[in-house]
Amino acid sequence: MGEQREQSVTQTLVKTEGLAKDFSGVYVLRDIDVEIQTGEILGIIGENGAGKSTFIKLLNGTYAPSDGVIEFDGEPVQLSPATSKRLGITTIPQEFNLVNDLMVYENIFLGQEYRRRFGVLDRKRMRARTEDLMKDLEANVPPRAEVSSLSVAEKQMVEIAKAVAFNSRLLIMDEPTTVLTPIEIRILFDLMRRLKAQGVTIIYISHKLKEVQEICDRVMVLRDGDFISLDPVEALDEHEMANRMVGREMTQIFPEKAVGGEEIVLDVEGLSVPNLLHDISFSLHRGEILGFAGLGGAGRTELAETIFGLRKKSHGVIRVRGEVCEIKSPSDAVAHQIAYLPEDRQGTGILTGFDVASNVTLTSLKDYAKLLINRRKEHAAARKYVKTFDIKTTSVRTRLEYLSGGNQQKVSLAKSLDANPTIFLFDEPTRGIDINAKMQIFQFIHELVAQGISCIFISSELEEVIGLCRRVFVMRAGRIAGMLADDRVTEEEIMKLATGVTEGGLA
Amino acid sequence: MKRLLTRAKDSRLLGLLRKIELDKYGPFVALVVLFVISSLASPYFLQLRNLTNILRQISYTGIIALGMTFVIISGGIDLSVGSATALVGAVAITVLNLLGGGVWAIVAAIAVAVLAGSTAGALNGLVITRWRVAPFIVTLGTMSIFRSLTLFMTNASVLRSTSQLYPKLGMGYLLGLPNPVWIMLILAAAFHLILYHTRYGRYVSAVGSNERVATYAAIKTAWIKFYSYVIVGATVGITSILLSSRLNSVGSTNAGAGYELDAIAAVIIGGTSLSGGSGSIVGTLIGAVILGIVNNMLNMMGVSPYLQGTVKGLVIIGAVLIQRGRRRTA
Repeated sequence: MGEQREQSVTQTLVKTEGLAKDFSGVYVLRDIDVEIQTGEILGIIGENGAGKSTFIKLLNGTYAPSDGVIEFDGEPVQLSPATSKRLGITTIPQEFNLVNDLMVYENIFLGQEYRRRFGVLDRKRMRARTEDLMKDLEANVPPRAEVSSLSVAEKQMVEIAKAVAFNSRLLIMDEPTTVLTPIEIRILFDLMRRLKAQGVTIIYISHKLKEVQEICDRVMVLRDGDFISLDPVEALDEHEMANRMVGREMTQIFPEKAVGGEEIVLDVEGLSVPNLLHDISFSLHRGEILGFAGLGGAGRTELAETIFGLRKKSHGVIRVRGEVCEIKSPSDAVAHQIAYLPEDRQGTGILTGFDVASNVTLTSLKDYAKLLINRRKEHAAARKYVKTFDIKTTSVRTRLEYLSGGNQQKVSLAKSLDANPTIFLFDEPTRGIDINAKMQIFQFIHELVAQGISCIFISSELEEVIGLCRRVFVMRAGRIAGMLADDRVTEEEIMKLATGVTEGGLA
Repeated sequence: MKRLLTRAKDSRLLGLLRKIELDKYGPFVALVVLFVISSLASPYFLQLRNLTNILRQISYTGIIALGMTFVIISGGIDLSVGSATALVGAVAITVLNLLGGGVWAIVAAIAVAVLAGSTAGALNGLVITRWRVAPFIVTLGTMSIFRSLTLFMTNASVLRSTSQLYPKLGMGYLLGLPNPVWIMLILAAAFHLILYHTRYGRYVSAVGSNERVATYAAIKTAWIKFYSYVIVGATVGITSILLSSRLNSVGSTNAGAGYELDAIAAVIIGGTSLSGGSGSIVGTLIGAVILGIVNNMLNMMGVSPYLQGTVKGLVIIGAVLIQRGRRRTA
């Protein structure tokens, strides 16, 4: 056995044979044979439900395989979260795993605190180490900041620091860049290269094919739980990756741009929220897709939340179809036929413990109940959405926790839509979902505006904003930095306004 | 995702339990097992009188537990129900005596009790939703306040009713079942309907399972929570009538003492999650019956009454442990 071990240490870090996973008979991953080399960056791509998350959950011990073997350092291992941690397998999850009420350094050392004599915590050393880690990451996060006060990107950095702090050998990153700005992505990639040079193996899951192309050595494609291919990244271009993920030739991603009408349906004037929004004015035309671009923390989400009655405005007027509205709560907003599809799906959009039907009718339940809820009507409505949105679910009585991210997003959409809105606020509607689902959502937004519904489209993906919107407002630090229309809607112009740098060229 | 169970190198029994969806039917299975064991352990257990007796004993806290189910599903808790039972009972008897103790006096007492109970609940709900104080703290406070007011009102004595008619309400039987049992069953049916088939019930679960999502879905979460306390208050009013009419009095020191524990225990044993979001009325009813049978068996086996609290405590902790195992596998 010793002989075997010596051989493999030099080359293969992880080897799987016939790895498979089923949930009550339904296979979500089948027969995966893969060898992951020490010190490589392995990209895994695939649509939602392709089995990427399942694969990494098998590697980090969250799930036990239904079939097959995992070898680590040439030895078969039975992985549990504890053993995988001991072996140096760390995961940076998509949804963060941080304690909001604790400080940054406390989070990083949670459960593995440095101690002095008599078990007294060595806070000084922990803070110093955190400071070093953050310096390495080029992240400006003070060790004593409370996690709840951090931006999403900063939380991400804390997660990475947490993983790096304890000499990880296999670092698994699940969609790490979805919440990062271009600059932060640069920093992350530099860090990944440094880690790689130190011999750390990295598994990198992303929907952003351009990034996969840039950072990965090899790329594995999964589709519907099956292994499709594993090639050096040079062998595939983006187009080919997308084709293999979807299993067919990709057609045009964006539908034709919608032309809005003359009528102004939503008019915002001088809107301010202390410390967050300053003097925001814009108007939304009937049947238009109005883009809102900007860096993380520029105030786009806060703007949508204020319009939807989730935040109190200190100044300003909101007019819906010419009438001044006092929107003090989401129910006021819904009464004015405004819908909001929030950014943080699991935290604000859907109830994972509820079934598809009850999620769909959550906002519009009034229409399904006199004294008692009319289940038949409710289920019929839900089935209609399942069909039109192509929601993959066993039935409308399936709980949402069993649906993939893209399908959850579609349910969230159906919920907002069922309240019959005429103004629809989309906040990062494509975050963390695959190309196919993205295309469906674009198509869906297109159909909405064709019916005369007006949309506000907030996205950090510049190509989406550019692909969908004829007019784009760019926000910076809680203000409108400028408005771009038609030909001027380009990556360069947007970044100029978003960063406030006259010479663009960041992305 | 039955990961934990698989890893536990499942015994055959565990495998069997898994098949019958521990999730939904766990409390029911526990009840059946307990029932079988009890009937084997004691020949008296299955006697009709014993069974109706158990049902009557659990009905007082059982009724409150029905209301408590809403509060707990919405993510709250109400510790004040025991003290409120005493206070409302004292108020009801005072009204009854003032009005002479006839039929109309009884009707008035009932109305006042339900109203007073709901008001007590509304008070809790108001502080919890308006000023955003944790439910545990608010109701711990009112628990002390309500008891103290009862003691003050009655000078710490037993308040007796002068009515000859009133005891008939609490002592009576209908079709072989004690009146309080009927009321518990009717309320259970009504509450089941509310929880599963009305907007309010749906919203209660939504608020308890994720308040932010509920807010974003334009649900008025504060009102939903507020009404859950009013509901449990109303059940307190009903229980205080049934209890005081059975004894034809209210003892200011011991009436309703420990009811909060029994009510919460019934809800938890019945499978409702203490963190809110999901639960069932039928489960609560089963939980209450389980507690009743355990007490009954301990009595019949001659276990010291002082030890019964220990057993009850173990049953509660055990139920939560089983629940947690269930959650992890989900």
